[in-house]
Amino acid sequence: MITFVPREKVSKNWILIAPILSIVFTIFFGLLIFTFLGYNPIETLYQIFVSPFSRIDRISDILVKACPLIIIGTGLMLCFKSNVWNIGAEGQFIMGALLAGFIALSFPNIESKFFLLITLVTGFIGGALWAFIPAILKIKLNVNEILVSLMLVYVAMLFIDFIVRGPLRDPMSFGFPLSKPYPEGALINKIPFPGIGFLGQLHYGILFVVLLIPIAWIFVNKTLGGFKINVLGSAPQAAKFAGFSQNSITLTVLLLSGGLAGVAGVIEVSANIGQLQPEVSFGYGFTAIIVAFLGRLNPLGILFAGIIIATVKLGADNAQMTMGIPKVVTGLFEGILLFFLLTGETLQKYKIQWSERK
Amino acid sequence: MIKFCMRIFSLIALSTSVLFFLVSNSFAGSPTKVGFVYLTTPGDHGWTYAHELGKQMVEKRFGKDVKVSVVENVPEGPDATRVIRELAKQGNEIIFTTSFGYMEPTLKVAKEFPNVKFEHITGYKRSKNVATGNIRFYEGRYIQGVVAGLMTKSNKIGYIGAYPIAEVIMGINAFAQGMKSVNKNASISVIWANTWYDPVKEADAAKVHIAEGADILAQHTDSPAMLQIAEKKGAMGFGQSTDMSAFAPKAQLFASINNWGPYYIKKIEELRNGKWNTGDGPNHWPGNVWGGLKSDMLVISKFQNMPADVAQKAQKALDGIRNGKINIFAGPLIDNTGKEIIPAGKALDDGALWGMNYYLKGVNGKVPG
Repeated sequence: MITFVPREKVSKNWILIAPILSIVFTIFFGLLIFTFLGYNPIETLYQIFVSPFSRIDRISDILVKACPLIIIGTGLMLCFKSNVWNIGAEGQFIMGALLAGFIALSFPNIESKFFLLITLVTGFIGGALWAFIPAILKIKLNVNEILVSLMLVYVAMLFIDFIVRGPLRDPMSFGFPLSKPYPEGALINKIPFPGIGFLGQLHYGILFVVLLIPIAWIFVNKTLGGFKINVLGSAPQAAKFAGFSQNSITLTVLLLSGGLAGVAGVIEVSANIGQLQPEVSFGYGFTAIIVAFLGRLNPLGILFAGIIIATVKLGADNAQMTMGIPKVVTGLFEGILLFFLLTGETLQKYKIQWSERK
Repeated sequence: MIKFCMRIFSLIALSTSVLFFLVSNSFAGSPTKVGFVYLTTPGDHGWTYAHELGKQMVEKRFGKDVKVSVVENVPEGPDATRVIRELAKQGNEIIFTTSFGYMEPTLKVAKEFPNVKFEHITGYKRSKNVATGNIRFYEGRYIQGVVAGLMTKSNKIGYIGAYPIAEVIMGINAFAQGMKSVNKNASISVIWANTWYDPVKEADAAKVHIAEGADILAQHTDSPAMLQIAEKKGAMGFGQSTDMSAFAPKAQLFASINNWGPYYIKKIEELRNGKWNTGDGPNHWPGNVWGGLKSDMLVISKFQNMPADVAQKAQKALDGIRNGKINIFAGPLIDNTGKEIIPAGKALDDGALWGMNYYLKGVNGKVPG
């Protein structure tokens, strides 16, 4: 039997060495796989890791792709820190986007960008409401939140599917499942930089990330709320003795993370799609779980983790376009990367112990 | 010193060879760069695989004169916009986006790259540099109806539809027309899978149909699951998009095969000759390319697992559609509530097909929504 025993002291050096070693291992196995499959390994690694940074508009693409991941990941961080396992951010993302979309499509002529504030708040409410269901079931009936939040993802997927095929379908769409386009007031525009113009597709939604990260950092590290969350996660008994209400913390983190996922949904749809369609999320809610852990449940870490994941995703597309490497191969490589990064992190905190099976 | 000279020499050699390469390349007429965007990985069956076969025909036909870039597994949203834009930036001159959900992304990028040509598969919106292409899938379904009508013993046909949109409904109705032309007693029941591709759901739907007595199955979804169930349970059916006889050697009667190659080749040729255009088709849906059996964009695989006289009648239907003797939606057409859609002597035009939200006689139930 293999057991993981927490290390008494985490070596400062290993905090640095572990990720570097992980990357070295990843690159080694990457070289091996790409060579074995007959692709130029150096060029492949270049395409995956470097080419996404090779043009300013590509860097913008990374930020655009990372934006929802970081927002959702930050919300999930609060949950995971307090041992609340919200696996349903994908559904909360969808419900946020859908509720905001409903508001947006109800005012077809609105042009003022102040309207965005309303849609963003609506999106927060939509996501939070969807997360409220697992929260209340957990608090009142002690139902496992993993199952409820996960299953509600599929409910949300089918619900938006139904909505864009039925009530919100554009009558001019020949029966195809698309809503009407959003009004100007509900669209998030690209950022014009004076003297330069647009930097690729970089849009105002990124400002939300810029605001969110420091706020989240202060909340987690400098406020009583953040302290409660930390204590509940690392020492539930201590939290109990201190009189922290586990229920109210559970409710708070689920509402916040659901709300943030909903906001991410609004930003994604308003900036990049501009109308409702059967699929709006493409797995952001699930990928963000990886982002939260890869970022070590720390806002700054999540910022970087989001950028890393986005980079590799875009790099995989570039490798496909320029070298014809199928996505399954780059997907394999992504898996190796995540495996080693998370292994590195686990091993720096835990020792492996082999013991006889009892 | 010698080393230095060597270095200079090699540098000169290198730069001249590069220069020569560039010059010779431009004189030889550089290859036309063609981009493809796929919804999934091609695999070995179904929608995207049919496009992959078309792409291979392009490569075979043009050889070194084209350079093809493919991006597979592109979700129908912001990722599509980014990938299409990147393909345009990398100098692709014509880009085929091969799924309906790429419509808005294609139009968006096309606006930014007015000199790049775009071909969107199965969309209905066009612009100056966006053309659309589609296949008359329903023609194959008429022949399926003929074969089903002749082969069924229980007179119950099970049909699995993806979504209740016009394209699928016109397929069901064409099937009904074919069936009624040989068998007035049979009827079609439809189960909506609400997915284009989900082997589990498709298999479940097939099982339900068979349990309810259907002995011939048809599908407007993408996986071979239905045929595999039919094979196991002694029913028969039709393959979709690509030949699926390998999955169900005893159950597949024939497959309607999407043959995108000729369309791709035609459009690329037009581009190379400077004659590419978005067509001047009518304003309603079908777009500038909506080809069927006649133009070989839809191909019927070998008739198998059926008696010779059935195959003969199927062949007759096929020939009839090809030479225009059979007009699938010619009046009198009556819907399954008894309402007249169009009187004798008239026929539905293409625009009317894209407005179909009713079942013709021979189909049970009603269109959801």
